[in-house]
Amino acid sequence: MIRTTSLRFTYQNTNNHIFCFPDIDLPPKKDILILGPSGVGKTTLLHLLAGLLPSKAGDIFIANNCLNRLTRRQLDYFRGQHIGLIFQKTYFIKSLTLLENLTLRERFSKKKIDRYHKEELIMHLGLSDLQNKKVYQLSEGQQQRLSIALGVIHKPKVILADEPTSNLDDGNCIKVISLLKKEAQICKSNLVIITHDQRVKSHFNNHIIL
Amino acid sequence: MLYLAYKNLISKPLNTLLSILLLMLSISLATFVLQVRNQLNHHLESNIKPFDMVIGAKGSPLQLVLSSVLHIDNPTGNISLEKAMRIAKNPLVKEMIPVSYGDNYKGIRILGTTHEYLTKYKASLQEGRLYEKPFEVVIGSGVSKKDNLQVGDTFVSSHGLAENGLETHNEKPFIITGILKPTSTIIDHLIITNLESIWEVHEHNDESHHHEEVHKGEHVDEHSNHAVESGEEREITSLLVKFRNPLGALQMSRFINDETTMQAALPKFEIERLMGFLGIGFQTINGIAIAILLVAGLSIFINLIKNVRERKQELALLRTYGANTFQLIKLVFLEALFLSLLGATVGWFLGRISIWFFSIFIEDVYSYHFVFSLPTTKELIILVLVILTTLMAAVLASLSLYKLNVSKTIADA
Repeated sequence: MIRTTSLRFTYQNTNNHIFCFPDIDLPPKKDILILGPSGVGKTTLLHLLAGLLPSKAGDIFIANNCLNRLTRRQLDYFRGQHIGLIFQKTYFIKSLTLLENLTLRERFSKKKIDRYHKEELIMHLGLSDLQNKKVYQLSEGQQQRLSIALGVIHKPKVILADEPTSNLDDGNCIKVISLLKKEAQICKSNLVIITHDQRVKSHFNNHIIL
Repeated sequence: MLYLAYKNLISKPLNTLLSILLLMLSISLATFVLQVRNQLNHHLESNIKPFDMVIGAKGSPLQLVLSSVLHIDNPTGNISLEKAMRIAKNPLVKEMIPVSYGDNYKGIRILGTTHEYLTKYKASLQEGRLYEKPFEVVIGSGVSKKDNLQVGDTFVSSHGLAENGLETHNEKPFIITGILKPTSTIIDHLIITNLESIWEVHEHNDESHHHEEVHKGEHVDEHSNHAVESGEEREITSLLVKFRNPLGALQMSRFINDETTMQAALPKFEIERLMGFLGIGFQTINGIAIAILLVAGLSIFINLIKNVRERKQELALLRTYGANTFQLIKLVFLEALFLSLLGATVGWFLGRISIWFFSIFIEDVYSYHFVFSLPTTKELIILVLVILTTLMAAVLASLSLYKLNVSKTIADA
């Protein structure tokens, strides 16, 4: 469950420009697509929802926890357990293999290691033969799938994806969206996708336009 | 976290290797110098401990101590046994042991002395019996091992103290009657016999020289230790003296040096003087080790700062995984700790291996054996200081992590 009320944010060095975001009320296991052109604060909203940025006003409730009321340490812990982030660019720990990256993400969630889920996930994403490869040895497509795996490996309550399809062709765009929706369904998570990519629109019933 | 720190380090092998190499070098140098100094001190002390004073021919007092007590230099000359014994009758003297030498077997000194000399070094027999008659010898454990000599073996000595002496005493072979247990003192590397053996071997030698003199019309008597016809006085190389109280050594040495043709040297004083000279060298090497250590610390610091900067996005990613700032600092700390522990441990072992090589060299030249020993308190202090230095470098390197803006770092990449 995600609920935001009167959410506002301002960056210190932007002449006090205030980002005002519409309220979101998303029941458990539901998806939402947040669309908007560049510069309207899509990534800012995503980072607010992930607890990476503190809001100037308004409240964010995720799984009945008000993020604004959590201490820094509690927020880190909460993020580790309940938020799954998928970025536009792929980020990994370069010194580790694909499998080690996934295990590391799982460990930081402080949840019980679910080997079955991990194996299933690796199989679903077609990464079975690449488990012991260093991440820099993977192709872009494989890295994109690993990025999705890292966002869902710990079965988060909320999956937040930032422009996951912007660099992909039409075929791969559909594949990635399908994968995200499928994994969100398996993990019983809310899926929030922010994008300016209009191709994605048709795959979601629930939209917010910034 | 430990595994991640390890993987991060081995993913940049060159940087890691450079930091470890520098640390290793400084630690090995520092521990090597410490060990040489400690073990040399220990060796010298245990060898000079039984005696308060050495009486010998005039010359350098340090040379007298080195030759008569530590057996690593040439003697200053000979003294009259009778005159030396007269001085030793002083009531301040508790014990006195005459020593005489002038020959060697394959570079090993043959020392003529009394059984008390062995008692002073707490030497006991491993097999066989002590020498009783002239030309009977007991050998130190090191000698037995080095030349594979056994009880009952015989050998002929060469004249002088240098190995491969051209002049050998073939007519008077020595027989080994006993082998001593290891004592970790100079005794382990000596061949010991009674004084009469030394006198007799040279008595005979002098006769041969006399014949040569008749034939060749010239004679160069290199033996200071010559035996003489009956009625002539016997000579010894030196007299080792133990006093009833330490004041005796001071009083007697002043008298001997001022009033006689002999000289008295105090081993403890001379060795302290020697160590004082060596100390300058040790301090210089220590200084170099500290300088390398500082460079190593700086290298680790630069390495860590570079790592933190280059891995800023990875560290931000870990924050999105739920890691807090403390955990990121812990990761940098672990990397630093890993570097310092590995560098210090390998450096310590390298220091010990250097001691081993040094021991092989010094044992050949000076008959000193350096042993493998566990870390000393000083070495542990160095280890702790090294770890603290690298951890300090880690603290400085991880200061920027407090200000890490995860959102900006992820968004800007």
